[in-house]
Amino acid sequence: MNKLDLLFFFMLATFLGLDIIRRVSRLLHTPLMALTNAISSIAVVGAIILAGEAQDPLTTILGACAVFASTTNLVSGYLITYRMLVMFKKREPK
Amino acid sequence: MGSASLADIVTGFLYLISAGVFVLALRWMSSPETARRAVLSAVAAMLLAVVGTLFDPQIVTYKWIVVAAILGTIVGYPLSRVPLTAVPERTGLSQSFAGMAAALVGAAKYYLWVRSGQMSHFRMTVVAGEVILGCLTATGGLLAAAKLAEWIPTRPLTYKGQNVVSFALLAAAVALGAVLIVDPTRLMLFPFIVVFGLIFGVMLLLPIGGADMPVVISFLNSFSGLSAVAMGFVLENKLLITAGALDGSSGFVLSVIMCRAMNRSVTNVLFGAFGAVKTTGRAVEQRTVKSATATDAAELLTNADSVVIIPGYGMAVAQAQHRVRDLYDQLTKRGVDVKFAVHPVAGRMPGHMNVLLAEADIPYDRLVEMDDINPEMPQVGVALVIGANDVVNPAARTDEKSPIYGMPIIDADKAQTVLAIKRTMNPGFAGIDNDLYYANNTLMLFGDAKQVIGDIVKVLAGDGGH
Repeated sequence: MNKLDLLFFFMLATFLGLDIIRRVSRLLHTPLMALTNAISSIAVVGAIILAGEAQDPLTTILGACAVFASTTNLVSGYLITYRMLVMFKKREPK
Repeated sequence: MGSASLADIVTGFLYLISAGVFVLALRWMSSPETARRAVLSAVAAMLLAVVGTLFDPQIVTYKWIVVAAILGTIVGYPLSRVPLTAVPERTGLSQSFAGMAAALVGAAKYYLWVRSGQMSHFRMTVVAGEVILGCLTATGGLLAAAKLAEWIPTRPLTYKGQNVVSFALLAAAVALGAVLIVDPTRLMLFPFIVVFGLIFGVMLLLPIGGADMPVVISFLNSFSGLSAVAMGFVLENKLLITAGALDGSSGFVLSVIMCRAMNRSVTNVLFGAFGAVKTTGRAVEQRTVKSATATDAAELLTNADSVVIIPGYGMAVAQAQHRVRDLYDQLTKRGVDVKFAVHPVAGRMPGHMNVLLAEADIPYDRLVEMDDINPEMPQVGVALVIGANDVVNPAARTDEKSPIYGMPIIDADKAQTVLAIKRTMNPGFAGIDNDLYYANNTLMLFGDAKQVIGDIVKVLAGDGGH
């Protein structure tokens, strides 16, 4: 792939991100941070291939460690975001 | 790419949908009503990405993937059950893990490509970037977590020439990266990039004090996103770049919002070592404060038409949010209008107070932002300050010499009566004295926030409230 294409994606996604995040409710900044932490575990995609392609022991170990670190984030990030968000209630619980 | 295999096409489409759903998920965070949908769709997007990756024909064994994923789940689950007061340190830890993952993948790719002779200048550039970013996020996040959990002192640790040393380290890491770009086969140099990156992360966090954490944690959030972006450049993966960029911009927007709420710049927060150097020379004269008992407070609160509660980090420390809820119930029952005024940097991370109050079942339409409450403050009967300090310090408005001058504050002092709950008269962060406590319309309630509010609630409950 053309390397410049990658920069294009980066630039456009950043502008999009800046615009979307500015609209996030201030009430939800903590869950937002937990959610984006969970999304940063997208790194698991790169880690999976590394751990699975069995090139040599070193890269497999490094890849498996990266899968571990990302899965930890993925699981804890999503669960805690959901846990926080269900707490936001508008009306009095009767 | 040549002719794409079926697996490539499937993966490509799954990644495409995944990226789109991530964008929608963040858009749904714009309101608490759609926020649950946001998490669920972000989970779906992640699943699509993972499934798409598992199709990859490069994978020959799933053994280590499964083992690592199971271990990650075992560690991740308890991390999602921490008390909500521990959310800031969990966030730091999570950013650290994200940085670690990026650094590990970068290092693996480096050795793989050098050994197989596939290293190019472009690849080396992005690998070096990924490893430096990943390493500094890994240790930076860890140190932030340690400070937030108070495993290490939260006050800023400074020494002379600190910024010079920190930057020399970063410069050394970048310089080594540059040497490797020219000649990637100098295997001996690579570990030094890792080490310098790791140490730089520590150095970056040492001078940061507790009250600056909302900015720094947002900044690290941005870094963890950018390390995913760097990984995307290394693996030439568009999904990684897109999701990472969304993360990176989120952290950036949050740090800008936090900085504005403190009237400071990002560089000032990171390299200004606030609180360590700026102790105002104002003589600490013995001024008198008026203190009140729980009974006095209960009477004042019930006699007011409207009460604004201003929570701060002290409420989190004392875990007082559930008592605050009891107080809210007692007052609302008596027809008092109770609102909560939340300063953007109250607490240790963006939105910290909102989550704690939501945990205590306070309806979120009772939480009011600083800019909306300030015009109403002069009509407010009682402003109840719970463990907040700098965010209600009138010196930010009036005293040009004060280090916090210019910082937007909640105008608690303009309320008819101010009740301030505080453990002792020790000045808080940065040793800035708070004139609010000495004002004529202020009554102090000394003690632990949970205890004090509990006492007020007891008076109210015994008062025929039930």
